[in-house]
Amino acid sequence: MSILIFTLLILAGSVLAGFLGALTGLGGGIVIIPLLTLVFGVDIRYAIGASLVSVIATSSGAAAAYVKEGFSNIRIGMFLEIATSIGALCGAFLALHLATSSIAIIFGLVLIYSAYISNKTREENLSTPDSDRLALRLKMNSSYPTPEGSKSYGARNVPAGFGLMFIAGAISGLLGIGSGAVKVLAMDRAMRLPFKVSTATSNFMIGVTAAASAGIYLKKGYIDPGLTMPVMLGVLLGASIGAHFLFGAKTKKLRTLFSVIIVILAIEMIYSGIKGGIIK
Amino acid sequence: MKKAIERLARHDMEMVIGNVLRAGVIIAAMVVLSGGTIFLWRHGYAVPNYKIFQREPVELSSIWGIIQTSLEGHGRGFIQLGLLLLIATPVTRVALSIFEFARQRDKVYVAVTSIVLCILLYSLFGR
Repeated sequence: MSILIFTLLILAGSVLAGFLGALTGLGGGIVIIPLLTLVFGVDIRYAIGASLVSVIATSSGAAAAYVKEGFSNIRIGMFLEIATSIGALCGAFLALHLATSSIAIIFGLVLIYSAYISNKTREENLSTPDSDRLALRLKMNSSYPTPEGSKSYGARNVPAGFGLMFIAGAISGLLGIGSGAVKVLAMDRAMRLPFKVSTATSNFMIGVTAAASAGIYLKKGYIDPGLTMPVMLGVLLGASIGAHFLFGAKTKKLRTLFSVIIVILAIEMIYSGIKGGIIK
Repeated sequence: MKKAIERLARHDMEMVIGNVLRAGVIIAAMVVLSGGTIFLWRHGYAVPNYKIFQREPVELSSIWGIIQTSLEGHGRGFIQLGLLLLIATPVTRVALSIFEFARQRDKVYVAVTSIVLCILLYSLFGR
């Protein structure tokens, strides 16, 4: 197989990964890494580097749209980015020293968790307009547009959210994914932010988190231009197409199907990690 | 009245940040695409090898190396330059936010944002 054919195949796979990632809200990284390692036999370190770059591209693109709509809370995002970016650095350094078979196993476990989270119905918090004291001092209360007009909200449990965000950052830096599932969990469950605000703010943060570890990966020579080029362009294209389908009604069925695929991929990743032979 | 001005300022800031993000991604993607075209034009018929991991050379992994390689017209250098621009996009966003918070005289968030920027710059330029 020549580089040209290989590039075109990777490009097609990445478009699909970006499309599914946007449609299900799980992000492209979660599909692209198993695709590259299991199907194309790419070393997982190259795959992580390429995925991380595509995560920056899609999240920055999506965040631009969200920010304009006024759902994302820039103060909350910026404050929590201290935690995610330090976490991302730690994750990237960990990745430099961990055996690739262990990374594959951790990746598989995170895949299963993400599939589980995306299928759980998110219950909208009875968000109150009042913040607790720390959140108030950090000026985290704000408002967001609803069909019935602007609605104000407050934030709670900032330390718990901060801690979870560190973990989200570490996972992102270690595995080269956006780890939006953990970010949303931190803001939904711990800080009790409204649904749309936590989704938008998470998206807003993913790019900065990924940039923190991408710098390390680039310097350490993990980002290969020939491989990353089709992955980044493909995922970006797929995600933009996916974003236009986001409001379709059939997403629930698709999400279930997608979760099944993800769990199968996860088991494969864990299996090959344990066997240690396929993914070196 | 004061609240209205605050809301307007917030909106302003969000628009600027949104535009920076979008422009950064578009420019980066175009640079990567042109680099990729050169790369495929020259090396399209070679055999790919991504099975065995080998760190990229300094010319493709350090910032100065990447700038030099792309100035010499190498496709792979151009791709890396595009990726570098992409990584720089969120960093620029964070830097702009510092100015915005300073304009709003929000010292706490000038500090918060500066910490984030330092972490990002360390990642890019630190050893």
